[in-house]
Amino acid sequence: MTEQPTVIRPYGDTTGDGMVQVSFTLPVPHDKRAEGAALQLAGKMGMSPALLVHAKAVGPAHTFFVVYGSVTHLVDLSAVQVVERDFPLLTPKDVNAAIKKQLRRPLVVVGACIGTDAHTVGIDAILNIKGFAGEKGLEYYSEIQVVNLGAQVLVPELVERAREAQADAVLVSQVVTQRDAHIHNTTQMSAAFREAYPAGKVPLLVVGGPRFEEGSADRLGVDRIFGKGTTPAEVASYLVHALAAEPTPERNTA
Amino acid sequence: MSPTTVAPPPRLELDPRVVRRARTLARRLGRPVVDIARSHTTVSVERATLRLAGLAGADHERVPWVNHLVDGVREQVGLEHGVTTPVWDALRREEAPDLLTLAQKASTGSVSFRIPEKKGELSAARRAARAAVRPGIRRIDRQRAARDRLVGRLGDPPHRPWVYLIVATGDIYEDIPQAQAAARAGADVIAVIRSTGQSLLDYVPEGATREGFAGTYATQENFRLMRAALDEVSKELGRYVRLTNYASGLCMPEIAALAGMERLDMMLNDSMYGILFRDINPVRTFVDQRFSRQVHARAGIIINTGEDNYLTTADAVDAAHTVTVSQLMNEYFAREAGLPDQLMGLGHAFEINPEVPESFRMELAHALLARQLFPDAPLKWMPPTKHMTGDVFMGYLLDGFFNLAGAMTGQSILLVGMMTEAVVTPWLSDRDLALQNVRYVQRAAGGLTEDFRPPPDGFIQTRARQVLSEAVDLLERITAEKAPKGSAPLLEAIGDGTFGLMKRPKDQGKGLDGVARRADGYDNPAITLLEEGTR
Repeated sequence: MTEQPTVIRPYGDTTGDGMVQVSFTLPVPHDKRAEGAALQLAGKMGMSPALLVHAKAVGPAHTFFVVYGSVTHLVDLSAVQVVERDFPLLTPKDVNAAIKKQLRRPLVVVGACIGTDAHTVGIDAILNIKGFAGEKGLEYYSEIQVVNLGAQVLVPELVERAREAQADAVLVSQVVTQRDAHIHNTTQMSAAFREAYPAGKVPLLVVGGPRFEEGSADRLGVDRIFGKGTTPAEVASYLVHALAAEPTPERNTA
Repeated sequence: MSPTTVAPPPRLELDPRVVRRARTLARRLGRPVVDIARSHTTVSVERATLRLAGLAGADHERVPWVNHLVDGVREQVGLEHGVTTPVWDALRREEAPDLLTLAQKASTGSVSFRIPEKKGELSAARRAARAAVRPGIRRIDRQRAARDRLVGRLGDPPHRPWVYLIVATGDIYEDIPQAQAAARAGADVIAVIRSTGQSLLDYVPEGATREGFAGTYATQENFRLMRAALDEVSKELGRYVRLTNYASGLCMPEIAALAGMERLDMMLNDSMYGILFRDINPVRTFVDQRFSRQVHARAGIIINTGEDNYLTTADAVDAAHTVTVSQLMNEYFAREAGLPDQLMGLGHAFEINPEVPESFRMELAHALLARQLFPDAPLKWMPPTKHMTGDVFMGYLLDGFFNLAGAMTGQSILLVGMMTEAVVTPWLSDRDLALQNVRYVQRAAGGLTEDFRPPPDGFIQTRARQVLSEAVDLLERITAEKAPKGSAPLLEAIGDGTFGLMKRPKDQGKGLDGVARRADGYDNPAITLLEEGTR
């Protein structure tokens, strides 16, 4: 066995060749100067030598380029930081058993798309029985009670419905966002919950969506962020981990 | 054979009795819903009528005057007689010198409305209302004639399917150069996506707008600006470039009226989409939809229905027949509202999981089934979205197969798929690559309809027959639903989650408080004029 190197480069067809491909558009008409400009950009991106393989005018004022080349940058694997899943992945059966044992009542989840976002694909993939990627959604879990409020729910309404349902967890999805609306909406939502609930009684706040940055949960005032490709089982397992893993003090048992 | 003269699409051998049965069931399901639509009105239908009478603009808080006036009438005498009788009665009694002033006074509560009791006063108010609404209908007629003239002079696109491209920046002044660039690059139809959330606004925003979320607000001024820009580029290109927007959500009738007056050419307008996917009250939707379709029929606007949505939430193989059922219902409701087949852009989509064996053959079967069931409808063929994973290279291939299926099955309107679907809003280069994909397929295989003849008992024909028979089964099942008085089997089916697993009871959902049962004396001059004109 050879040892895995800690410093690597991109792989084209030979170890260490550093080959990458990029495509981009520059706002200049297609001519020799435009091609030179593309190569200049590739050089500044660390591609050396850079090979301009395709250039095409897109209308009178833009040019599209495809560039291949070897990047001079090195990747240091020992310096890579990622958020690894810090809870065990459970089957629906184990999730139900854990909730039964620890909570002795169904776990209540309230879900919604907040703000102007009308795209329920994310929340529906996690909550609806239909599920996502071959996994059934949380509605399928006998010990999870799901209240799906759907799209374009206002924050005060979400807080109200969460209180009514005595939610253990609130799931919010933000799919289509512009100008950082997902960040604004999420901080507004977490602040509203903190204001409406006594300290320590706020339901678990979970947000999901393709645009959230990993590791920004604290900054947004939520307990957990899930990104693109999250499956219902991961969410269910996390809920168990956070709410029903070990004897929890009375959480909304009123 | 030149790619501009396309042979008719291949024939499927469908049992004509099954096809007839499907339409009979659709009619049986649709008729009681139409009865409900005809016996109710909504705030948005009434506001649309006032817009046709020329009431426009908004107060300093951007609340439109049509909203103020309808709310004012409603508080005092209710909606059940329609707003036009009390409004023109108030004008006759000189509560205000004109409609705008009346709306302004109504907003401060300083007008008194009544339903005139004397027969003479009642008919005078109705006559005045009819005279006031007529110019709005005439404006729609003039715009339709203008479109016919421009199409006559400049011509339609030389190829089929028409190439439909989306623009969505949020800022109308950014949309305009993008739309013109897209037209120059080959788009035949430009759709301006609406701002996320507009479907649930119970008013139509005013003026030119520069702030939208993942889309641009539909406003009368935005319509006018974009149509003018496309007229300019149409002249330059020598073909009429069509403009599309959305008559959906809580303001469907008003947006339809504005679209007619500003010469939009196609409008997204589905019979059940708002109910299922936006949780809008079913009765509100069917009432609003009927009025909006009457306007579209008058304006010569092609409606685009939203069957693609069923396939994005459910499995495209298992739910294939729900598309057929929805197309049949959309056809029934459209015909009832006066739309000819040539204006029915029934939708369907290429959404089968590419990992499924024979997925392309099934796509061909589904696309041919729609083509053959609705031979004269300009079918709208929607690209893959659900299985676009972010792998843009694989996505580009999938879009190529989508384009090929469109060419082989004789689709009419092709929404151009973007390889960056689910990644970013399309970049300039994404659109350019997508159009190259479409053009290559049209050039290389545009005449393939001539050679493509699926064998009678082969996979494609068998699959098409199976989907049709599943559609008939579903229609039978819905027809068998027990409906209490005042309801309809279709409404009960929507209520208990037959479509897309979403339960939408007829006494719930957004916009319910804007629905009123019509009284015996209900009058709406717009509906009267539209029905006189289209029948």
